[in-house]
Amino acid sequence: MKTKTIIEQTMKTTFFLCGMLTIVITFGIAVYMVISGIPAIREIGLSDFLFGQVWNPTGAEPQFGILPFILTSVYATLGAIAIGVPIGLATAIFLAKVAPPKVAAAVNTAVELLAGIPSVVYGFVGMIVLVPLVMNVFNLRNGATLFSAILVLSIMILPGIINVSRTALAAVPREYEEASYALGATKVETICKVSVPAAKSGIAAGIVLGIGRAVGETMAVILVAGNVANMPELFGSVRSLTMAIAGEMSYATGFHRNVLFSIGLVLFVFILLINLTLNLILKRGGAKR
Amino acid sequence: MKRRLSIKRRVYSGALTGFMYLAVGIAVAALIGIIGFVLYRGLGHITWEFLTTARSALRNTVGILPNILYTLYIIFTTLLIALPLGIGAAIYLNEYAAKRRLVRFIEFVIELLAGIPSIIFGLIGVLFFIQAMGMRRPSLLVGALTLSILVLPTIVRTTQEALKTVPAAYREGAFALGATKWYMIRTIILPASADGIVGGTILAVGRMVGESAALLFTAGMGYALVTNYFEALQTAGGTLTVMLFVYITEHGDFDTAFAIASVLLIIVLLLNIGVKLVKRRLKKI
Repeated sequence: MKTKTIIEQTMKTTFFLCGMLTIVITFGIAVYMVISGIPAIREIGLSDFLFGQVWNPTGAEPQFGILPFILTSVYATLGAIAIGVPIGLATAIFLAKVAPPKVAAAVNTAVELLAGIPSVVYGFVGMIVLVPLVMNVFNLRNGATLFSAILVLSIMILPGIINVSRTALAAVPREYEEASYALGATKVETICKVSVPAAKSGIAAGIVLGIGRAVGETMAVILVAGNVANMPELFGSVRSLTMAIAGEMSYATGFHRNVLFSIGLVLFVFILLINLTLNLILKRGGAKR
Repeated sequence: MKRRLSIKRRVYSGALTGFMYLAVGIAVAALIGIIGFVLYRGLGHITWEFLTTARSALRNTVGILPNILYTLYIIFTTLLIALPLGIGAAIYLNEYAAKRRLVRFIEFVIELLAGIPSIIFGLIGVLFFIQAMGMRRPSLLVGALTLSILVLPTIVRTTQEALKTVPAAYREGAFALGATKWYMIRTIILPASADGIVGGTILAVGRMVGESAALLFTAGMGYALVTNYFEALQTAGGTLTVMLFVYITEHGDFDTAFAIASVLLIIVLLLNIGVKLVKRRLKKI
């Protein structure tokens, strides 16, 4: 009888520790990002770091301005959202409200597979197919541009947007839509004016999820965006926050390396804000339902 | 008496319906285009030699056997670390935790962890495992430790889902028969939710196979053949996805890159079928 209680207690404690470990890990990551990111920012000065327009870490007088990276990340994300959200939302509507079950299952499988393709593969195909195409169509010297990155990202964020929006649309009570039909609205009018507004917090969550994915994406954009530390132009080669870290980590040493950790901290703060927004949206949506 | 809709309403409906089909077409075409293109350019370069030898500069041949092994080693090691922790945390959340607020807080923290991009995990791997824990250089073990954190949210969430599907009556029945809590979990709850946990594990394996940004600086990118598992753990080695990136950017060897990409896509397809099969079994129960 006694060994039994000991085992019970041990298992209970073990599971409790596993649960606590998730908290420790997440906070540990936050603390580590701050500790390793702050020193270099202090030395450069926060405003010179965030708003400096020149990135020249290896020059005789090194300059560490990351405004080009920040703006590239922001523009690439906005562009990807502008293209990806309409396509994703329309596909979600098709899956939740229009498609017959068999077609929906097939398209659904396609979306799941799209989510499973490794990001390097997206980047590679973009580099081989999209970059030359952009170069020829827009008559550029180099097709590895912000525009190419936006196109690749807008495909990559589709699965997240589609899945979350579809779930939200499917949860809209049938009565809402039936009432709309009874008032003489067409199917399209019902979807646009009843179903979508009713599912808006779920759709917003999907969009924010897409934003997070686009901001954090690294290996795909590094292959199609040119990786040059210019101030962003739609048809110019650019470098984002994530690209700066991944591209220079392999050879950076000393202070330069510390600055890369500072860029990591900036990225981490961005992601944290995005996730807190997501959580807020979901909580509000959940409370309503 | 049926009146026709006004022209404005018909145009509105028609245009939006058209756009919807266009959007679905784009999503499906993107998938078929990517998979078709990669397999078209890559399948021809997959030979028996390619899959079963190491890269040799002397004979000027390319092989990915070491990288296949590295990928398997990393998956195995990561699961060894992350599965017990993830399942344990899920059991705590679903079976033991009494305080609602603590559960909600842990779930919130796990959501945050899930939202962190892989490049940040790569940085953490470098900062914590390589610099702070004194492992000094990239190795498969460092890569596996990093990936364990990365897939933890996936495992916790899917296990939680699986545990939630076990009917409360099972628990009450076990207690009524005098079972202790751990005995009940071990003999009733875990077997009943095994399918869901397996499904979650396959999902996690999918993430590991596709991962590159978190592994580039933690596991490194070597391609020497190391067959001994424990020796390999200490070695810097590139998984298939990392090597795909290396062959593109450092060797400029696109034929090999397409071949590796094809292998990856085939693995992803198989894993997807695996998840589907598990889900179908779950529905039957």
